[in-house]
Amino acid sequence: MNYEPVIGLEVHVQLNTKTKAFCGCAVEFGREPNSLTCPVCLGFPGALPVLNQTAFEYALKVALALNCSIQKDTKFDRKNYFYPDLPKNYQISQYDLPLSLNGYLEIETQDKIKHIGIRRVHLEEDAGKLIHLKNESLVDFNRCGTPLLEIVSEPQINSAQEAYDYLMTLKTVIQYLEVSDCDMEKGTLRCDANISLRKIGQEELGEKVELKNMNSFKAVRDALDFEIRRQAELLSKNKKVVQETRLWDDRRLQTFSMRTKEEAADYRYFPEPDLPLFSIPDTLIEKIKNSLPELPRSRLMRLIKDYNLPPYDAKIIIQDKGLADYFEDCFKIYPKAKLISNWLIGPVLAELNSRKLEIKQLKLKPGDLIELIESVEEGQISNLVAKDVLKAMLDAPGESASSIIKERNLAQISDTAKLEEIIQEVLKENPRSVKDYLSGKENALMFLVGQVMKKSSGKANPKIVQEILKGRLKNV
Amino acid sequence: MELNELTATQLQKKLEARQISSSDIFSALKEQWNSSEAKVKAYVRLTDFACLEGDGLPIAIKDNICTQGLNTECCSKILEGFQPPYDATVIRKIKEAGLRIQTAKTNMDEFAFGSSTENSYFGPTHNPWDLERVPGGSSGGSAAAVASNEAIWALGSDTGGSIRQPASFCGVVGLKPTYGRVSRYGLIAFASSLDQIGPITKDVTDCAWLLNIIAGYDPQDSTSVDLPVPDYTQALINDVKGIKIGIPQEYFREGMDKEVRSCILEAISQLEKLGAKVQEIHLPHTEYAVPVYYIIATAEASSNLARFDGVQYGLRVKDKKGGEGRDLIEMYEQTRAEGFGPEAKRRIILGTYVLSHGYYEAYYLRASKVRTLIKRDFDAAFKEFDCIITPTSPTPAFRIGEKTQDPLSMYLSDIYTIPANLAGIPAISLPCGFTKAGLPVGLQILGKAFAEEMLFRVAYTYEQNTPWHRQRPKL
Repeated sequence: MNYEPVIGLEVHVQLNTKTKAFCGCAVEFGREPNSLTCPVCLGFPGALPVLNQTAFEYALKVALALNCSIQKDTKFDRKNYFYPDLPKNYQISQYDLPLSLNGYLEIETQDKIKHIGIRRVHLEEDAGKLIHLKNESLVDFNRCGTPLLEIVSEPQINSAQEAYDYLMTLKTVIQYLEVSDCDMEKGTLRCDANISLRKIGQEELGEKVELKNMNSFKAVRDALDFEIRRQAELLSKNKKVVQETRLWDDRRLQTFSMRTKEEAADYRYFPEPDLPLFSIPDTLIEKIKNSLPELPRSRLMRLIKDYNLPPYDAKIIIQDKGLADYFEDCFKIYPKAKLISNWLIGPVLAELNSRKLEIKQLKLKPGDLIELIESVEEGQISNLVAKDVLKAMLDAPGESASSIIKERNLAQISDTAKLEEIIQEVLKENPRSVKDYLSGKENALMFLVGQVMKKSSGKANPKIVQEILKGRLKNV
Repeated sequence: MELNELTATQLQKKLEARQISSSDIFSALKEQWNSSEAKVKAYVRLTDFACLEGDGLPIAIKDNICTQGLNTECCSKILEGFQPPYDATVIRKIKEAGLRIQTAKTNMDEFAFGSSTENSYFGPTHNPWDLERVPGGSSGGSAAAVASNEAIWALGSDTGGSIRQPASFCGVVGLKPTYGRVSRYGLIAFASSLDQIGPITKDVTDCAWLLNIIAGYDPQDSTSVDLPVPDYTQALINDVKGIKIGIPQEYFREGMDKEVRSCILEAISQLEKLGAKVQEIHLPHTEYAVPVYYIIATAEASSNLARFDGVQYGLRVKDKKGGEGRDLIEMYEQTRAEGFGPEAKRRIILGTYVLSHGYYEAYYLRASKVRTLIKRDFDAAFKEFDCIITPTSPTPAFRIGEKTQDPLSMYLSDIYTIPANLAGIPAISLPCGFTKAGLPVGLQILGKAFAEEMLFRVAYTYEQNTPWHRQRPKL
């Protein structure tokens, strides 16, 4: 392709504060419509906003983690537009003096490290939700006034995959800060994109299109991919790209025009007179800087260096702060990093996925997992059985691996006398395989081991079985 | 003298001495209402005098201050039937102080947009001194209620003179406190960076007492200031010896009524005789105050009034078929077209225009910068002077209908009061004489931010040495 995509992302992240951005109403999901409201978030006449200090500190946390420079003075502005989910018909946002500017996010994309510039991070309030019925529309204001962070990247993203990697990295960073769960499906992270194409080597930017209505990370990538193809096709036919807003349709897998530039709204921003300009104290910035946790990138480096983990493993483990914490907790008890990693990114993650759980919700103490791992290492049970024991442990939280192994009689048979018996039977029943082995077909040995395992309901210690078998076959 | 003609302070003494009971006061007010309210029309909606439960002194409340469960409509059709689910902070404080809220709210220009109370959805209030004339505005109902003895005292709100100008027209005392002195929580906003609630009273003593009750930091209002509230009645000192008073020359140019001028000059020389040091000063940016005000105030108003859209509360206009418009936009349009009066529409359009893309820098931003210059004029003056004296209004009360066709001349009647709002400083208006036709004239005293005590001292001294505050209209 002769065209280079230039992409900028505008991300909105809902902060998980206890209360709303400008009033004391609780922030909770799934409650009865309009039960979490008050005169302030309903925009009643005479009610006034008061900034939630925690929301502001969360915003500073994110801004600092994204290497932004915190502004000395900041203020809120009103963004004016009429919509029924916005009870004041203006949104309290930040316009020309956002709380922070000029940061960057380091991402790893297509095996390269790249810095994506962050133009600004600012705080604003969320709107309510409209529910459209056949002949009427209803409004639920529970979400109205929830603190929302707007994170605007520079147009420095050059492919759909890069946009995807940027979003994943951003999500992980914010999750590490524990200020949002960043779930696109739940709407706690939303993303709009600006995209234009230009000839490779050209400085000047092309006509830009704004993309909306992408409801998953994958949808962002798909929409951008579609848009890159659409625009490239237009340009290669010497047609113009129209500056407009387009919506992504997740079913038809294409974008379609919502409004052109001429129809764009005039938001008539002006300073919010109910919240006067204020200075951000250096002491507060210092305090928050010092309280920042280790961020994913440096944790990745540390896991590779300190635990000698393969980068592939470390990358998966640091994706989720809870998983990385869990890993390190396990290591403290049982210092075999690679073994723990195998267990975590293998059976444990598989169980979490199938149960739709997060690591935080896992009712399995690191010590209990280690006990399970040790029972495999010590040859008490096989890997196969261990996976079943893990399942059983998750089904009945609090039960230890050893008690499950004992109760269900899952311990491996390492008793040679007992094994000899079974082996004797298997050899009798499978003369053909014995013949094959003796004529040089190594595979036949594994078949015989399998038969022993089967007969012992998986409890036979495969190593010992193999040894005995080899000995017996030699003497045939 | 009837009880309703006394001041709040006088009545409180009688109550404490058990010479009278609160029901005596209630009866006197009710009797006054029955004899004069039909002529004055200071109150809206209700046809009878009534108060909420309680034993304290009744107080009248402007229709833009939220009172839980009592209609609060800003005298606009668009808020028809609106009963706030909460009390404004000042109402809470007033209740805590033991005062009784009068259930009838006082008349005002719709959303406080006006200087004559003629822009009320409920029709005009009449000036108790001359029923053919306006009481001023926008707190015309509150001022007329106090002047006609239909209220002991009242609360108003002041965005560009809406307490002081009607106080001046009705011969009573009105104070616009320093911006941030009184909580705005529950005041239905006109222009948030200019609005303040304040007292309208029969004399300076009541004014100081009522400010004691309503002033103070409110965590629910981020623009209220966390400074201790002094006992303002302690500032009522009959002595101005050595007090430095500035007289801004820019206020004494064309447009000022001759009789107003002579009353003010007389008052100034009276204060001089009482020992004050009077000197001419300059506030060079005064001439820009009115245009700056009409840009900033309308810009904020256009946004503040956006919430009146028919979605949640107040008026929702149904179309002929009994539906609510074909679509959302039509519902918005019908509701706002019918719900707002002409002056509200004028200001919304003006405010929307000055904030629009391509005009913001030329209007709103420029006006904000000039506002700072006006504030600096005052800062400089208050380095040398304790207070500034001007007329409250260039003319006495004008006739009903006289200026309704000429918005610009109406806007100019606030020319002396607007600068205090732009600068955020306190200003008081008190009676300083009458025209030959018997119309009251008001004297305005301005002070630096949070220097209300100085205003009370100078106003009290003037009041104690003049008879004007004791005059009441014959109704």
